[in-house]
This record gives sequence, C-alpha cells and structure tokens, in this order.
Amino acid sequence: MTALLSVQNLSVSFTTYGRTAEVLKAVSLDVPQGAQVALVGESGSGKSVTMKAIMGLLPQPPARIHAGKIMFDGRDLLTLPERERVALRGTAMSMVFQDPMSSLNPVWTIQDQLSTILKYADRRLGRDRDRKGRRARVLDVLTQVRMREPERVAASYPIILSGGMRQRVLIAMALLSEPRLLIADEPGTALDVTTQAQILKLLRDLVEAQGLALLMITHNLGVVRETSNTVYVMNKGEIVESGPTDRIFAAPQQQYTRDLIAAVPRLTGRVTT
Amino acid sequence: MEFLAFLVRRLLWSLLVLFGLSVVIFTIARVVPGDPARMALGPRASVEQVADLQSSLGLNKPLTQQYVLFIGGLARGDLGRSLLTEQSVNDDIRETFPATLELVLTTIFIAFLFGVPLGVAAARWKDKWPDNLVRAIAIVAAVMPTFFIALLLQVLAGYVLQILPTTGRLPSGTAFNANITGLLLIDGTLKGRFDVVFEAARHLLLPATALALATMGQIARITRASMIDVSRQDYIEAARAFGIPTWVRLFKYQLRPAFVPPLTILGLEFASLIGGAFVVELIFSCPGMAAYGIRAITQKDLNAIMGVVMISGVFFVLVNLIIDLLVGIVDPRIRIRGRRA
Amino acid sequence: MSEVQALSNSYQNWYRFSRNPTAVIGLVIVVLCVLAAIFAPHITPYPDHVGAVVDFRNRHQPPSAAHWFGTDNVGRDIFTRVIFGFRVSLSLAFVVLIIAVPLGTLMGLLAGYFGGWTEIIIMRLTDVALALPPLIMALAVAAVLEPSLMNAMLAIASLWWTWHTRLIYSIVRQIRAQEYIEAAETLGASKVHILLREILPNCASAIAVKTSLDAGFVILIGASLSFLGLGIQPPTPDLGTMVATGASFLPDYWWESLLPGTAILFVALGFNLLGDGLRDLFDVEDVR
Repeated sequence: MTALLSVQNLSVSFTTYGRTAEVLKAVSLDVPQGAQVALVGESGSGKSVTMKAIMGLLPQPPARIHAGKIMFDGRDLLTLPERERVALRGTAMSMVFQDPMSSLNPVWTIQDQLSTILKYADRRLGRDRDRKGRRARVLDVLTQVRMREPERVAASYPIILSGGMRQRVLIAMALLSEPRLLIADEPGTALDVTTQAQILKLLRDLVEAQGLALLMITHNLGVVRETSNTVYVMNKGEIVESGPTDRIFAAPQQQYTRDLIAAVPRLTGRVTT
Repeated sequence: MEFLAFLVRRLLWSLLVLFGLSVVIFTIARVVPGDPARMALGPRASVEQVADLQSSLGLNKPLTQQYVLFIGGLARGDLGRSLLTEQSVNDDIRETFPATLELVLTTIFIAFLFGVPLGVAAARWKDKWPDNLVRAIAIVAAVMPTFFIALLLQVLAGYVLQILPTTGRLPSGTAFNANITGLLLIDGTLKGRFDVVFEAARHLLLPATALALATMGQIARITRASMIDVSRQDYIEAARAFGIPTWVRLFKYQLRPAFVPPLTILGLEFASLIGGAFVVELIFSCPGMAAYGIRAITQKDLNAIMGVVMISGVFFVLVNLIIDLLVGIVDPRIRIRGRRA
Repeated sequence: MSEVQALSNSYQNWYRFSRNPTAVIGLVIVVLCVLAAIFAPHITPYPDHVGAVVDFRNRHQPPSAAHWFGTDNVGRDIFTRVIFGFRVSLSLAFVVLIIAVPLGTLMGLLAGYFGGWTEIIIMRLTDVALALPPLIMALAVAAVLEPSLMNAMLAIASLWWTWHTRLIYSIVRQIRAQEYIEAAETLGASKVHILLREILPNCASAIAVKTSLDAGFVILIGASLSFLGLGIQPPTPDLGTMVATGASFLPDYWWESLLPGTAILFVALGFNLLGDGLRDLFDVEDVR
C-alpha cells in the first residue's frame, strides 16, 4: 500500500548574503495511512524546513527546492499548480502549530478565526455551508478537543485563554476540514509538562479515533516514545536512521542516534562522579 | 474594566499636560518679555498708556497671582481680551477655529484614505516595483515642505489648469451661516444646502491635499512597516497554512493588528499637523485660526497668542485621547490588558 | 557549495547598506550638499551675488546657460544664492541638533535608568513639549523675544530634544530589563560606568538614525519659519525667504520660487533617505 505522504530525495538549499548552503540533503520519509510518524532532530537539523517544504510554506527565495518529490496521495506536490496546492492546505493536509501564544490572531475571537478558515476551506472543497453551519462545526471541533465550555471559548479572544486551551484551539483549527494528514510541530513544547502530556494524549486519541495519519516534528525523545510507531532521525539535513520506535530505542544503529538517546537524563542507573 | 482604568489614566495625563502647557504659555507670554504692555503698544505709546494697559492686564501684581488669574480664566473658558481688537479672544477663536478644524479633519481623512492602502500594497509586494514606487512617493511626500507643495498646487490647479479655487472657504458672496457646528461640510448637509457642501469641498481640496501629503507619506510608511512586522508573526503564517486567500488575509487578518502604529503616529504627528495648517491657511487665505494667530504674533497681541497656543494644545490632547480610545477598539489586547502593548 | 560562515559585522553592514540604492543616494546627496555648502565661494559662478549686489538689467531671467537657476527680482544668480542658502540651512540644523541630541539623550538616559521621580518629571515635561506645535511655538517665542531666525531655531531646539528623550528612554527601559545590566550592577560597577559603557553604545545606532532623519525635518522647519518671514536679514540668501519673495512672482517667474523650494526638498530628501537606509541597516524599530 502506498504511503499517504511520501517524501523522496528532497534537497533544499538556502541563499543568504550571497552565500548558499544545503539545508536538506536527499531527505526521504514515508507516512502511511493511519500511522504515527515522528521526525526527530536537534535545532538546526532541518526538520522545520522539511515540514515547511511539505506544507508548501517555504519562501523561495531564499530557499530553493532543487531535487526530489513530495508525493501526497499519489501526486507530486512540487509539480502541482499553485491553486491545487493551496486547495490541499488546511483541508487534506493540516498543521498544528507550535507556539500557542503567537499562532492565534490576537485581534479576532476564536469563533471568528475558525469560521473564516472554515469558510474558505469549504469554498476550496466546493462545500456549501452557511454561517450557522460553520458555527456549529466550530463548536463541534472545540468539543472534540475536550474544551469544557466550547461556547465561551469560541466567543473569547486568545489573550484570555490559557496556554493549554490555546494549544487545543490550534488542534481544533487543524481538524476543521477533516484532514487526512496532521502535521504537528513540536506540540506542547511551549507548555508545562503536565499540560503537554494532556495535549499529547489528546492528539493520540484523536488520531486513533479518526484514523488520521500523524507526522510529529520534535526534538523531544520522550514525546516520540509516547506517540509514534515509526521514527526518522535527522541530523544536519540528512536522515541518519529510521525504523519502528521500539527498535530504534532498543537497538540504535547509528552513533548519532545513540548519542541522542543517551543525552536524555534518566532517573535510574548509577550516578557518575 | 482595565480599559476604563486605562482611559481614566489617560484623562489624568491630559489634564497634567494641559496644566504644564498653561505654565509654559504663561511663561512665554508674561515672564519672558520684559514688558508685555510696552511690547503690545509699541515704542511710540506714551508712558501713561503703557501704565494703563499694565494695570488693566494686572501686570503689576506678583507673577503667581497673575498665573492664578490666568488659570481661573482658563477654567472658566475665558482667554482674556485681545490687546489689540479689544474683543474677547474667546469669540475671535470661536469664529476662526471651525475653519481650521474642518481643514485638519479633512486632511486626516485624506491622509488615511490614501496612506493606508498604499502601505498595505507596498507590504504585499515588498521589494517589487509597487513597493518601491510607494516608498518613493511616501518619502518625497514626507519631506515635502508644506509651504512648497501648497504653492505648487496653487499654481498648478489654480492658475495653470484653472480647475480649483485657490482662496477662501466659499466663493465670495455666498450667503450661508454655518451656525450648527461651524463645519461647512456638515452644516451644509444638515441644512440641505448641497451647493454649499460642493463648493466647500472644492475649496477644501487643495489646502487639505497640501497638508495631507506629509502625513500621508508617514502613514504609508508606518503602515507598510507595521504590516511587514505583522506578516512575520506566526499567526499570519498559520493563516497562509490554512489557505486563507491573500486579500482576505491582508485586509482582515493583517491590517487590524497592524493598524495601531499608524494611529499612534497620527497622535504624535498632530502637533506638526497643526503647525502645517497655519502655513496652508496663510497661503490659501483660509479664514482660520492661523491668520488670526499670525496677526497676533506679528502684532504681539499676547493674550491672543496665548489663546491660540492654548487651543492648539487642547486640540492635541483631545485628539490623542480619541486615538487612545480608538486603539482600544482596534486591538483587544490593549483593551483587555489596559495598557499600550 | 560552502557552509554559511559567520561574516564580520562591518562586512555585513556595508554589504547591506550598499545594496540599498536609496540609502546610497541619500548618502551621496548629503555629502554633496555639505561639500557644496563648505566650498560655496569656490564652486558658484557668482559668489558676490550673496552680497548687496543688484543688476537690474538681468532681473527675472529664466534659467539659461549663464544662470542655471535664472535670476531673481534684482538680478542675482539664483543658483549661487541657493548654494549659499545651504550654508544657512545646514548650520541652523547643526545648531539645533547639537543642542537637542545630547540634551535629549542625557535626559532619556536619566529618565530610563533612574526611574522614580526623575523619570516622572522628565517624561511629563516631554509630554508637554510634544503637545506644542513646533512651528507655532517658534513663532510665538520669536515674537516675544527679538524676531530672528536664531531665536526661532533655539525655540525649536528647546522642543526638539524631547523626541530624543522619548526614544532613548524606551531603549534604555528595554535594555534595563535585560540581565547584563543587573550583572554589572551586582559586580559593583558605578552608575556612570553603566550608563556610558553598557547602555549608551546600544543606543548609538538609534541615535544615528534619528539624528539623520531629524536633520531633514529641522531643515524643513527652518525653511518654513523663514518662509513665514522670520528669515535671515537680507541680503544673505536663505532658502525659505527666497521661496517667499519668489512666490509673489508666480506663475510667470516660477523659477524664483520653485527652484529654491526644490533645493530644500532635495537636501531634506537626502537626509531622510540616509536615515532610512541606516534604519534598515541597523534594523532599529520605533525611530521616526
């Protein structure tokens, strides 16, 4: 069965101040239907660039995708006309943004923002929904992300919501048009550990309940263990190792992977002096 | 609730500023000149005339007492008597201020009407030709000496092309009494005299454009900068990630958060705007506060000078208060947190 | 393909500045005007026309090869007078800024660093000063003192420093919030040391940008004041006065008014472009 998302040999370069650097070197990864995949790496490893390339959010210039394919549902996104690419965004392929503080528009209410997104998504999908229908759908997704008072949240401005609530709103935003692939960018890193755990559990439950494919971008190995079946390890723009989560953690093949795992502080084991 | 506290604080600030203004103005008018009465009457007046004026102005009393009288007068809204015309400065200003007010309001309207869309367009096509064009226009507009553009417009439109009038507010001989607000555009509409509204608009066009140019340039640049700043925010990238069409994104999502800096700039620039209005009124012979003020200055009519400067200051403070209110409406963060971001 | 290395600051700065065409244009204009003003007697065709010279046969001549900007109502070469007029404009701007910038910076530093009553008093003072229209204040002050351009410009200076104070104040507050100031204080550095060594250098770029922009605006205000009649005593040429006297001959002898006006625009534009270029370069916000 072909994967829902298949990145093949993607290479991207960046040019600034007249100098060029390769930030992605022949990156390949697959996200099958219904799977939960993690892309792990330190800051600067290129995982954000990969994510943006998939979503089509890389500014070109200064970036340049000069090799490779991004296959979604059997079609190469890089060769699609702009209109079709845009049509996919927020509908079949949706992103959960990283920073709940800054990813919500501060001057509009939640209801307003989500309805607007829905309105234009519907238009792209050719769906006809009136304002009442949109309101209902917004409340629906807010309920799905386990908001206790969806109406109150919908009528609020982002500034009065807590970090955890805002993150849920971001997830709700991604679910609006029933996507098939969810890309989560460092979910919960801006939150405290307890809230982050709740968010991760929510994500997992949603994915299992709705059969979504989840691609999680993270630098946190603990998160990876919790949430994914497959891991891709990235370093300096290349995929250095990949495989089932259990296998990677139990028997890492590459030195880099071993170092990454070893860097996580543990509560057991001997104390070295 | 926070916002109310914010407004109250701004109100107190305004009062403080007005107080400070009165001190400065008083200092300039009474303390600085050696002998205000002598100044007003000129070197040929006799000693008795000067002494007379001195006592009628209360110049013999100690300074602090004079100041108290001054403040008392202000509180009552009495700006004293013009040293020359013997009329109440209040009346003089009440006659002439509406023309200036109308000019300034029209100017702000024009400046925003053109400045904001230009700024949005420049930000949208950043570094491409529309951006460069807008920036070029904005820069030249911002450094254009107001008197120069006023002269240019007068020559071009008035003499060369002969399409717009170059002096006054209405054609001479028009019978119309603007006694509701003093603003021709509004009073004319209210009274159904659309011929007056039309003529008033024609007469306003050149002076308001000349005055608006500099502010428009500033607003265009600040809107552009602000829109670019906002475009770097995550929530704009999120909007793009969710496929919101470009123009909706620009005017709905980006413009509102970006709108506060242009408003704030207007508040700061307003003092220069008033000064510019003086120049423009002079060149276009508008019967506004400027002509009155300039006459007062050349003839050293101290009470009138004080009155004009005081009213300008009050105008400035009021406009800034209104802007604070508007900022709160535009940006809920300020409304809720109760302070300027 | 190479790795991205760290580039030196000055290389980066010059690279970015020189890639910005308007900034370079601004720099060129400013340098041109300053040099022209300094070397005026040597580069103008009729240097004596700035004195009490009249040549009635040549009055109101349009621009020509002999007189690039034409002649005025008493026959003097306008181009020469414009170049000398730059001297007046630039020196006045210099006077105003040499007072306003250091004073404003000092007040901003004090208000921002010491806070408390110092801050309150200084900032309220600036609020009051900002509420007064500079042009009107200058006229009023000139009216009660001796009506001279210098007095008017001093009045401007007495209001202008407040802009710098506000700017420096906001920068200092931002810097104060950062920890290295606390660190310096804990280490026992004297307040003067902190102000001069830690805080001031961080304001340098903002000061440079604002001063450059200010120069343009001060020149404009000076021109407006002399246009309104507060100019230098004749026969010394002064751009604003030239526009004013020339205005009475519009539209027939347009060059007498419009060319000096364009010159004012030109020099103000130069400073503005330069200031903008510096602002883009240093990526300084909040400087107007």
